[in-house]
Amino acid sequence: MTTDTGSPRPSAPTFLGMPPFPDAARSALADRQLRANLRHATTVIRTKRLAAVEELDDWEQLRLAGAAIKDQVLANLPRYLEQLEAAVSRAGGIVHWARDGAEANAVVADIAQAHQAREVVKVKSMATQEIELNEALAAKGIDVWETDLAELIVQLAGDLPSHILVPAIHRNRAEIRDIFQRMMGQVGRPAPDGLGDDPRELAEAARLHLREKFLRARVAVSGGNFAVAETGTIVVVESEGNGRMCLTLPQVLITVLGIEKLVPSWQDLEVFMQLLPRSSTAERMNPYTSTWTGVTPGDGPQEFHLVLLDNGRTDTLADPLGRTALRCIRCSACLNVCPVYERTGGRAYGSVYPGPIGAVLTPQLRGINQHPVDAQTASLPYASSLCGACFDACPVRIDIPDLLVHLRAKVVDHKRATRRVPTGEQVAMSGAALLLGGPVRLAAGQRLAGVASRVLARDGQLRRLVGPGWVGAWFRSRDLVAPSAESFRAWWKRTRSRPRTRR
Amino acid sequence: MRVGLFITCFNDTLFPQVGRATVAVLERQGVEVDLPLSQTCCGQMHFNSGYRDECIPLVARFTDAFAGYDAVVTPSPSCASMVRHYHSTVARLAEERGRARGLMDRVAQTGPRVYELCEFLIDVLSVTDVGASFHQKVTFHPTCHSRRLLGIGDRPERLLRAVRGLELVDLPRSESCCGFGGTFAVKNPDTSTAMGDDKVHDILDTGAPVLTAADTSCLMHIGGQLSRLGASVRVLHLAEILASSDAAAVVST
Repeated sequence: MTTDTGSPRPSAPTFLGMPPFPDAARSALADRQLRANLRHATTVIRTKRLAAVEELDDWEQLRLAGAAIKDQVLANLPRYLEQLEAAVSRAGGIVHWARDGAEANAVVADIAQAHQAREVVKVKSMATQEIELNEALAAKGIDVWETDLAELIVQLAGDLPSHILVPAIHRNRAEIRDIFQRMMGQVGRPAPDGLGDDPRELAEAARLHLREKFLRARVAVSGGNFAVAETGTIVVVESEGNGRMCLTLPQVLITVLGIEKLVPSWQDLEVFMQLLPRSSTAERMNPYTSTWTGVTPGDGPQEFHLVLLDNGRTDTLADPLGRTALRCIRCSACLNVCPVYERTGGRAYGSVYPGPIGAVLTPQLRGINQHPVDAQTASLPYASSLCGACFDACPVRIDIPDLLVHLRAKVVDHKRATRRVPTGEQVAMSGAALLLGGPVRLAAGQRLAGVASRVLARDGQLRRLVGPGWVGAWFRSRDLVAPSAESFRAWWKRTRSRPRTRR
Repeated sequence: MRVGLFITCFNDTLFPQVGRATVAVLERQGVEVDLPLSQTCCGQMHFNSGYRDECIPLVARFTDAFAGYDAVVTPSPSCASMVRHYHSTVARLAEERGRARGLMDRVAQTGPRVYELCEFLIDVLSVTDVGASFHQKVTFHPTCHSRRLLGIGDRPERLLRAVRGLELVDLPRSESCCGFGGTFAVKNPDTSTAMGDDKVHDILDTGAPVLTAADTSCLMHIGGQLSRLGASVRVLHLAEILASSDAAAVVST
């Protein structure tokens, strides 16, 4: 997956064609360095987030308010979108509507080409990654420079991001130094000689490398954390200041914004400005918050384009439970607390949205509400032990375990409707349902299991049984306590039934 | 008070000793326990795996089996949370599909009367010291569904601390999932095992000879990995510890 080759330009890998989660996870699990990096990073962020959240005694009320505001927006989205469009236009911005990634990418490419731009600088943005904007622009001969430190690392390494907030979480500092030394010189200012792996040195190397690009670029592309409908103001929340550079220096600014990112008013924004930094970076307030409304003559970009992106969001909205995933503010708290993510990392999810939120958002954006999805997408709702840590951490109270189970039902129902021959799993589940259909059948099954285990068990355990599917999957790494010769109900009937039956 | 024991298909088949221990604990508190034999399964495995249609008759059977009891007690927080939180979802689906009419009302009546064992002891019977004694070091894994879904908090630890002779040893990173997750264990076996490995090593690091939890499903997974490693840690359900006393040695068969 990682292609650290010395090609003249960093290659642009894609998530397309990734294997289903269990297979993708297997290779990640085998990478000991990756697991150590992830465990360290998630444990640190997790502990810090808890401390930041515990400082506020109205945290639960904030979560409820955040959820309520987002639900209100989602229930009245057309109205707020039109309000936003009108406000942005009034302030001198140009609003574009994009049904999908291809349309959005075409809009951005056309604007860049209209300005003869051969390169653009980028603020870290999930929406543009979702639509693979970098690849689309590269295909038109336009270089895209990621300016967020972690995105820069990922781009230089020809890597795929593995986390929403810290996309290079899977890399340690020695690896990052090597990437800088090898790749920076090929795309711009090279890394300083004798670069060490001290974080300060690494950041300085990135600063020098990027400064050249900030000063040269005429077009910038950003996403947006929020858009305030009442005034048409876009908000970008960041930590490094690279965003502020992109948002102020170039002449032309293009913002690609998912249509669910709206808040009605500035007062609503207040809630999210408390929820987001503490949930994502465990800070009371992030270092840089940029807000802009259209264009301001003589100050900052003189041309502003807002691309409103649907790309599956309206379809997601159609499902009353599924739409709660659109409350997401991309804080990544759910990734950091997820025991599955901690082991597999983000790339196993095969989407720019990894972790628990990715497992519920990606399948919906890819259309699981309307039609059967590919095997990789269908595997995502199952990539969870349903432990519930994500729901506890979510600042907008998305009940991710509930959604996962909800989407699993869609996967099963689609399979049932489209397959002529049932899968092994379907047969097993029907068999189990039959067995559990009544006490006589269950007792017969228990007797049979008791007899079988007398033959197969040693010291009360079934060990290393060989079998297809789930049997093999269990016994490859685990023993199983052998079914008892006498079930509980059999014991009850033997010892209790006669004198102490129902009153 | 008419108390029905919801044994769960899992304990019924694989861990009958947990059922016997639960009965012993309750009877020692003067509770008269009944086992409605028409019960089979709460439907959690089918529900959580996406097989909702199969779940409908199981939920209907459950509500029929436990109708008329003042309280339903189960030694499984996971199954208790299925009943309390998700039976209504299944019932709604059943009505939408024109199956099992009236199920929503029946579910609404049964659900709130279902208690996990620790809840029943502490909240209903107001007992923390159940009169048990167990002279060993024990480490406790708080299972995810008990803590996060059912919200039983520190009730299990309070019960354990009141057991004479028992020394409770803190389990590091106890809040981390053991990796069982129902069919997750077999649909994502490698990830499940990786999670289980970390849990097993944290357990072994405590040096405690006994591991306990309120849910046998998680214990089956952790115990299965401990057994594969050849580790000598004994795995006991909480009820088995609460049932043990100096007079009646642990886990009589």
